[in-house]
Amino acid sequence: MSASTTVASPLPRRSGSVGDAVFSALCHSAGAIVLVLLGGIILALFLGGLPAFRAFGAEFLWSTEWDPVTEVFGAGVSIYGTVVTAALAILMAVPMAFGVAVTLTSLAPAWMRGPVGTAVELLAAVPSIIYGMWGFFFIVPLMAETIQPLLIDTLGTLPVLGGLFQGPPFGTGIFTAAFILAIMILPFIAATTRDAFDQVPGVLKESAHALGATKMEVVRDIILPYTNTAVAGGVMLGLGRALGETMAVTFVVGNANRINASLFGSGNTIASQVALEFGEAEIGSMKLSALLALGFLLFVISFVVLAISRLLLRPRAGTGR
Amino acid sequence: MDRRSLLRATSALALLGMAGVRQAQAQAATITGAGATFPNPLYQKWAEAAKAAGAPTLNYQSVGSGAGQAQIRNRTVDFGASDAPMSDELLKQNSLLQFPATMGSLVAIVNIPGIADNQLKLTGEILADIYLGKVTKWNDPRIVEINQGTELPALAIAPIYRADGSGTTYVWVSYLAAVSPEWKDKVGVATSVKWPTGNGARGNEGVAATVRNTRGALGYVENAYATQNKLVATQLRNKAGKFVKPDAAAFLAAASNADWNVANFAANLVNTAGDTSWPVVSPTFIIVPLNPTDPARAANVFRFFDWTFKNGDKIATELEYIPLPEAVKQAVRKAWAQVHGADGKPVWTS
Repeated sequence: MSASTTVASPLPRRSGSVGDAVFSALCHSAGAIVLVLLGGIILALFLGGLPAFRAFGAEFLWSTEWDPVTEVFGAGVSIYGTVVTAALAILMAVPMAFGVAVTLTSLAPAWMRGPVGTAVELLAAVPSIIYGMWGFFFIVPLMAETIQPLLIDTLGTLPVLGGLFQGPPFGTGIFTAAFILAIMILPFIAATTRDAFDQVPGVLKESAHALGATKMEVVRDIILPYTNTAVAGGVMLGLGRALGETMAVTFVVGNANRINASLFGSGNTIASQVALEFGEAEIGSMKLSALLALGFLLFVISFVVLAISRLLLRPRAGTGR
Repeated sequence: MDRRSLLRATSALALLGMAGVRQAQAQAATITGAGATFPNPLYQKWAEAAKAAGAPTLNYQSVGSGAGQAQIRNRTVDFGASDAPMSDELLKQNSLLQFPATMGSLVAIVNIPGIADNQLKLTGEILADIYLGKVTKWNDPRIVEINQGTELPALAIAPIYRADGSGTTYVWVSYLAAVSPEWKDKVGVATSVKWPTGNGARGNEGVAATVRNTRGALGYVENAYATQNKLVATQLRNKAGKFVKPDAAAFLAAASNADWNVANFAANLVNTAGDTSWPVVSPTFIIVPLNPTDPARAANVFRFFDWTFKNGDKIATELEYIPLPEAVKQAVRKAWAQVHGADGKPVWTS
């Protein structure tokens, strides 16, 4: 009632204060709901996972057992798979993203920047199921027939690192999952990196060029030191996404509850395992509790990564460095 | 609550004969079910055909057998569907009635260069040892021995299994456990197990596609997926020691040789006797409350399945499911009389 009179009222100042109060109350409650939701989700996951944490103790974190028949569960395999695929994906995506950002900010002619920049952003808009299907029907055969045999014959013969590139080339596995993840997180890292590079004051770059620095030297000695925290923040953002990705990983990771020495071996990630096994986990069963506990762990890992990225991406204080 | 639903049911019945009220009737006679994914294509087709024929309309959600069991225990659906039978104890505890709706069969599929459909012969013991990681090459002496005259390459075997919890896996591993004591001891039987070796794929489609993509792969799928996708299936040795091809005759032989005279219809159709029986056949179950809060809806569930028993066999056969033998259908109808409304009257009378 008061809201409708506010609009029609010729005395905006006085009734505006009522409207302001309503508006601020609504906004505050919206903000509070987010907090309550977040807390509620964490609490629900934790309480649901509690029976598993109680039954298996801290060992749940590193036990590689996952036996639904005897109801012994451990998160070791899926935590390993989650961390290794995400880390490998970062390793593959960061150089690419860096190249894209440098191209877009200092190398490419102006007419090219728009289309390439848009293409990178469009990559981010591709739904993950598409990446999964494309990975399964295109990348997996490519891996099995070309890339993995090649790597097994070359890198696989190295003395120490060779063990990472051995085993039968089935195409699926940790390596393929990391490859797909790298493509998926590339746009996130590239976009934040490009924005950070764009913030470097032109006068710094121009001065360096005037002093005779090459383009590479400018990137290495001026742009990177100026933007390193923002770039690291973007990387963490990509890492966060890689950790939680479900659909695309499920298609290509091999879904085996074992830790393989080789990167070509099959594995599992937390998100993929939860998605796969939820349907057949009965309410009240230890398996469901273990899956909820996995969800809680993933939440904690993602939360920590996101917190670090927030910290790194916070606006620069002051003007100079 | 009860009175109102009774009213709704009687008014629906009253409307039944009238013209121009088909909409109201269809609305009143809607039932909900949830559970097993394996019979889902059949239930959807049945639902379509039953609706067109004026039988109750089924709204079925294929959420998985485990979820189906949970949902009927919580009474959130009119019936639950499960590939694995619910234990007698759980049925009693929750006042539930279980009956079979149809049957399906699993086949082993392979991807070996030069091997045609139904050409390779395998035994359950060899399959168990492959999935245990003890037989690793396609030219293993044990496989060569039973495949005289077939050229087998020295190719590594890539065992593929269902990574998602699944009734299909339940049936497959109960077959492996039935023929291999080592499998029974080391791995056991459940909707998902701790696979000693191999790669997981998601769903029947995932297993089918992974086997097709991977040289040397061995997997297991519903027979329908194998035929529809033109996958290379194998022969299997049955309990009588005969090698049989996976075809409708072999599936029916297994169904008719099974002992259905067991509690809750939980017949074991794995590794049944008979010279022509296919060894991996399984019923899939429907679970309903014995004491429904809404007798009209419970009656509609029975009306629906009565309709499928009478008219659904052709659709089932077309989709490569196996219709229940007539004697089993009769026994199931008889069992429905155990379901009573609050007034103590059976909700179903044939």
